[in-house]
Amino acid sequence: MFQVKSPKDVIGGGLLVVFALLLGEQSFVLPLGSSARMGPGYFPLVLCVVLAAMGLLIAVRGFRFEGEIYGHIAWRGMGLVLIAVLFFAFTLRPLGLIPALAGTGLLATLASRRFHLKTAVLLVAALVLFSWAVFVEGLGLPFVLFGSWFG
Amino acid sequence: MEIFTGIELGFATALSFQNLIYCFVGALLGTMIGVLPGLGPVATIALLLPLTFALPPIPALIMLAGIYYGAQYGGSTTAILINVPGESSSVVTALDGYQMARRGRAGAALAIAALGSFFAGTVATFLLALFAPPLAEIALTFGPAEYFSLMVVGLIASVTLASGSVLKALAMVVLGLLLGLTGQDIYSGMPRLTFGSASLIDGYEFVAVAMGIFGLGEIIRNLEDESRPPMKVGTFSSLAPSREEVRRSIKPVLRGTVLGSLLGILPGGGALLSSFASYSMEKKLSKHPEEFGRGAVEGVAGPESANNAGAQTSFIPMLTLGIPSNPVMALMIGAMIIQGITPGPDIITSQPDLFWGLIASMWIGNFMLVLLNLPLIGMWVRLVTVPYHLLFPIIVMVCCIGVYSAENNVANVTTMAVFGAAGYLLAKLDFEPAPFLLGFVIGPMVEEYLRRAMLLSEGDPTVFITRPISAGLLMIAAIALVVVALPSINSVRDVVFRE
Repeated sequence: MFQVKSPKDVIGGGLLVVFALLLGEQSFVLPLGSSARMGPGYFPLVLCVVLAAMGLLIAVRGFRFEGEIYGHIAWRGMGLVLIAVLFFAFTLRPLGLIPALAGTGLLATLASRRFHLKTAVLLVAALVLFSWAVFVEGLGLPFVLFGSWFG
Repeated sequence: MEIFTGIELGFATALSFQNLIYCFVGALLGTMIGVLPGLGPVATIALLLPLTFALPPIPALIMLAGIYYGAQYGGSTTAILINVPGESSSVVTALDGYQMARRGRAGAALAIAALGSFFAGTVATFLLALFAPPLAEIALTFGPAEYFSLMVVGLIASVTLASGSVLKALAMVVLGLLLGLTGQDIYSGMPRLTFGSASLIDGYEFVAVAMGIFGLGEIIRNLEDESRPPMKVGTFSSLAPSREEVRRSIKPVLRGTVLGSLLGILPGGGALLSSFASYSMEKKLSKHPEEFGRGAVEGVAGPESANNAGAQTSFIPMLTLGIPSNPVMALMIGAMIIQGITPGPDIITSQPDLFWGLIASMWIGNFMLVLLNLPLIGMWVRLVTVPYHLLFPIIVMVCCIGVYSAENNVANVTTMAVFGAAGYLLAKLDFEPAPFLLGFVIGPMVEEYLRRAMLLSEGDPTVFITRPISAGLLMIAAIALVVVALPSINSVRDVVFRE
């Protein structure tokens, strides 16, 4: 029976095949045209076929050849950094720059185990002040400091 | 001589008070961010890119070039002082530079790296001024078929230099090309690959993609292992290298400059290949090869000069052909496109002040780095030792502000988060992000040239091999691919990258 020898390759190759199928479905609904007059779907579809083939090849090789096991994945760091960034994306409009940035900063500090609440708050306060000085005052970027929720 | 009028124009542009300031600020900020541990040049440039949005094209590019050299130099500084290379091209510098630092010769290593880089940069800038215009003239005769083949060469070359599996790197190029096509089709206006989302109609915002992969992705990677002991900074007393050290550095600097200049022009070449090649050459030529790895000054002087020369001459294919030879150049092209400039052979004639101004400011930027780095070294040392956990929250915040400001669009911030996670996870599976970014940037161009070439040939694909220049280029790509696929070469390549 099949035995996975290189999980990295099998997962990676599999992911590529999934990407290729998803994007291929998107390309397939577009007019393909002919090779002389390529439609919008032609080149993407060709690339998807190539990508799927490569993904398959990588995955198949992963069954046959020994490879490394992937190392430790920083789920906590990744999760919190992403939450911090998404927090900014979703609160910038309603809350305004200052609260959104402060929230993002605090969430980001949670990603490291080295923070105490006090240092984190102090650091974020300083960074928000710094960002305001550089980006709003210095560069004049058009930010609303406090959003509609604050009237 | 046309080139001298060009250089004159360039200096007239670059020496304007405003542009000098931007060049200086770029070099200063680039070094400042570049010496922070865990931030290589690509991340630094991506991070500072938004600062240039508000500027007109010429100062913006001058500042970016300054940031690039600053970041490169910053990378070498951390390599020497704390054995943390900011990027792959200063891996080599860390080998002997850090050993010198441990023997108390950090000052000398830094000074030699700075002076060697300056010399190499000066020569390479001159070469750039000399060779870019004639190359652009040749490129102007290219038809769509030649361009398509040229881009294939560029992409293949970037793949052959990736450090992992060639197949995986190729797959990343293809994925990059595909995602680069997202958005409206230029001919029919139809939205493509958007999954029905209206916010993807203009494609994925380039800055968001680059910052996600290289900014956030790096942060997450650095958060993996927090138990690392705090770094020890090598000690140094004086910056002045001894007479013996200077004597031993001269030849490696000269050889490194030549080697770096040549390798930098190759698509896919640039700083990384140059520094590796220079290190192994110096080791072979040295009378004391056993000193390498234990603090041989040649091992700093050669690679540092080579990497700076290569960094400079890699602007040649970017400016004349519009082809990025490495991720940094991909970022530069992205920045130019944001500024409304399409890099390509006609840039020299259509915007001579931009082209020559950029070249002149490269030289000025290199000069400023010497002025900046030697006296400010004390400050850089302090920055080098900032603990990472105090650093990354500000990077996250600046990434958010920067990506949002590119288009005043919060959807881009979400895009950045997605690409950050995807970049990190793919890197964990040994898929490198650099080829992806190259593919992403030139995807639309590749398709356009392919479509035009096929239209002209009435659907006959042999056009790519019946036109001699195109055939030659594809041949090069094929040979490069075959060569890296050969097991014997592959093992040599592994050794080089592991060394």
